[in-house]
Amino acid sequence: MRPSAVRLLNIFVPIKRAVDYAVKIRVNPEQTGIDLNVKHSMNPFDEIAVEEAVRIRERLKDAVKSIKVVTIGPPKSAETLRTALAMGADSAIHVEIPESAPAPEPLGVAKTLRALIERQKEGVDVVIMGKQAIDDDAGQTGQMLAGLLGWSQATFASKVVVDPEQKVANVTHLMVRIIHNISSHAVNFQFFEEPRYASLPNIMKAKKKPVEKLTTAELGIDLTPRLETIKVTEPPKRVGGGKVANVDELLAKLKEAGISGKHA
Amino acid sequence: MLSLRHLARPSSCSRRWAHNIPSFSHLNAVNEQDIAHFSNILAPSSILSTLPSVATPADDLAPYNLDWMGKYHGQANSVLRPRTTEQVSEIVKYCAHRRIGIVPQGGNTGLVGGGISLQKEIVLSLGAMNNVRSFDPVSGILVADAGCILQSLSDYIAPHNHIMPLDLGAKGSCQIGGNISTNAGGLRLLRYGSLHGTVLGLEVVLPDGTILDQLSTLRKDNTGYDLKQLFIGGEGTLGIVTGVSILVPPAPQATNNIFLALPRFDNVLPLFQIVKRQLGEIMSAFEYIDRTAYDMGLKHGLGPLLDAEEVGDSECFILVETSGGNNDHDLEKLNHLLEHLLAADQPLINTGTLSQSPSQFNSIWAMREGLTECCQKEGKPYKYDVSVPLADFQKVVDAVRERMISKGLYGDHAISKVMGYGHVGDGNTILPTSEGRSTYPFVGNLHLNVIAKHGYRPELEAALEPFIYEVVGEYLVSPKALGMDVDDMDPASHKGSVSAEHGIGSMKTHALHYSKSDVSIEWMRKVKQVFDPLNIMNPGKVLP
Repeated sequence: MRPSAVRLLNIFVPIKRAVDYAVKIRVNPEQTGIDLNVKHSMNPFDEIAVEEAVRIRERLKDAVKSIKVVTIGPPKSAETLRTALAMGADSAIHVEIPESAPAPEPLGVAKTLRALIERQKEGVDVVIMGKQAIDDDAGQTGQMLAGLLGWSQATFASKVVVDPEQKVANVTHLMVRIIHNISSHAVNFQFFEEPRYASLPNIMKAKKKPVEKLTTAELGIDLTPRLETIKVTEPPKRVGGGKVANVDELLAKLKEAGISGKHA
Repeated sequence: MLSLRHLARPSSCSRRWAHNIPSFSHLNAVNEQDIAHFSNILAPSSILSTLPSVATPADDLAPYNLDWMGKYHGQANSVLRPRTTEQVSEIVKYCAHRRIGIVPQGGNTGLVGGGISLQKEIVLSLGAMNNVRSFDPVSGILVADAGCILQSLSDYIAPHNHIMPLDLGAKGSCQIGGNISTNAGGLRLLRYGSLHGTVLGLEVVLPDGTILDQLSTLRKDNTGYDLKQLFIGGEGTLGIVTGVSILVPPAPQATNNIFLALPRFDNVLPLFQIVKRQLGEIMSAFEYIDRTAYDMGLKHGLGPLLDAEEVGDSECFILVETSGGNNDHDLEKLNHLLEHLLAADQPLINTGTLSQSPSQFNSIWAMREGLTECCQKEGKPYKYDVSVPLADFQKVVDAVRERMISKGLYGDHAISKVMGYGHVGDGNTILPTSEGRSTYPFVGNLHLNVIAKHGYRPELEAALEPFIYEVVGEYLVSPKALGMDVDDMDPASHKGSVSAEHGIGSMKTHALHYSKSDVSIEWMRKVKQVFDPLNIMNPGKVLP
């Protein structure tokens, strides 16, 4: 490609408000899902994604034009957007769904995100997403989105280095290095960096940052679930273990259980 | 206000624990016949003794003979772990008959050597009595054995949406009986008050073995003298608490916290006033951490919660917790407060953070609660828990540091750090108000930690005591300076406390007179004489 004027990067970070990871999850009495009347917070992997977007800007400075966060969720999800804005995002989009609506599925989310990305007048260069949501553990949305957009994707990234002039993102996937072209790029993260705490000056600034509200109807998306959850139960309770007096007894018990020391 | 002239005050005794263990000539040591008798009362697993008939390895007794800080070394050759109140009663009856001293012990997390034997007394551990007897979620009344660990009780009542009225760093190990016997304060006292208010009833075994059953579950009961108040904070010297009835508050629907960095120490008091006014009833904790403690915390992996550049030269830090019924309402109050603080012409804070999730909430608290453990990692801490005017927290810490410097004991070779952290807002003004004057010192509870990098040494203690007690005991705004009429004033009414919440134990018996008058101490002795004429119950503790 002919070297063109450096195009400033627009980073897009979808986030999700999920049950807080420290909550003890209980199945609801109807066995249709988990009890949602508990503390919620930003999905921890999405926190990492927001953190990475902010760090990319800290490294590339003016080369990053905007960091936009988006969420699809009930009115309370607005708090999650504010947290992301306080961490350093510039603006947000809230696709609001009713409190009583069923949780959107990955494909529905991916379609919504595609619609949003296509709406962005300034375009989107990089989409950074958390590797999975800790409530459904689906881990599919990023991959589906890349497929729908026809963009390249790198999953389970542990390190990303973006070069806006070369229009390349070097993604390190733990042991494997993958190099991708970025005219458009979807990346899916698992980082080891700690997401920052929102500092008070930033929390104050975040209040003034714009949050665009949209509905799925305006985007022409139907989020009706395609999957039916038949039943949700807790895993069977662990049967108690036993104590052994010494190593010989341990070996004897292992043998009884059919585990021998020899390679199969 | 701080006057060093008072070093000339005659200190009636300067006993050092290590050098001056009382003789207890009126008491007998535990022997084999005693063990044989205990074996009739208790299961074998409830008796530990280095005596030959039981032959427990000394290492197994060590946890009962060494306090959490590793500062107090007990001498008990036997430990009993009864399972029922009746067993406790039988043990005490026998010990009274045999003149054997008893040290009641809970979680052994005390910081003043109150639960450690001094001279071969027998240790009576409540740890095996750990059942919840009942809980009524409607009234919030919890009845439990004294040996229940505070965290376990929290976990028990949590599903019913209640919380314990007290919270402290030792919650994973301390027992409710011990909490009550020491009138533990902690992080929630500001909101829920002291155990003197939340405990409804006690079951106590008296020093002659009698079981005093006052396990009332009545909130209101004005029938006669309220004896339980003597045992609350009695540090096990008047009887052994075996059962507790306590009122637990409903769990707040919404909790949040903020961590603030203050450019100057002098901002603490005005900040407290603004926070208290703006947050009002939802404020549930207000904790102070000085710069030395903060840096130590960072060094040991607590946080970082704040950007180092934004923190800059901040002299101290404040943690505020809110607990309320409605998160939106609470956040609105918090946001309003924060805007107000940041928008001021001369902001009282440099920066801060507001918890965005339950895990951040916990990390912010960890910055304060983890400090005690950090002190242990730095060396051996001398701990002083004092009530002094909030405005003078920094002065007290600086005075102690200067003292150590002047003695040539400050540095990596001896005292490596002097720091202060503690509770604010659960204190009270010392002096009575008069003519609406508002120049009265607002008191806070300072935990002064003096770190001996290479271990406890007598010359370090000699430099610290009685210096610190004198500083605190005489910590007064001179009434004359305020133009007040001195004659009508009782001098004891305006002393600071040499032990706001840690208690006296064996550590501060000689310091009691700095905070309580001779008349008070004399009447405490009389009460002790009534309950424990043989002086077998935790002898050598509390009273000099």
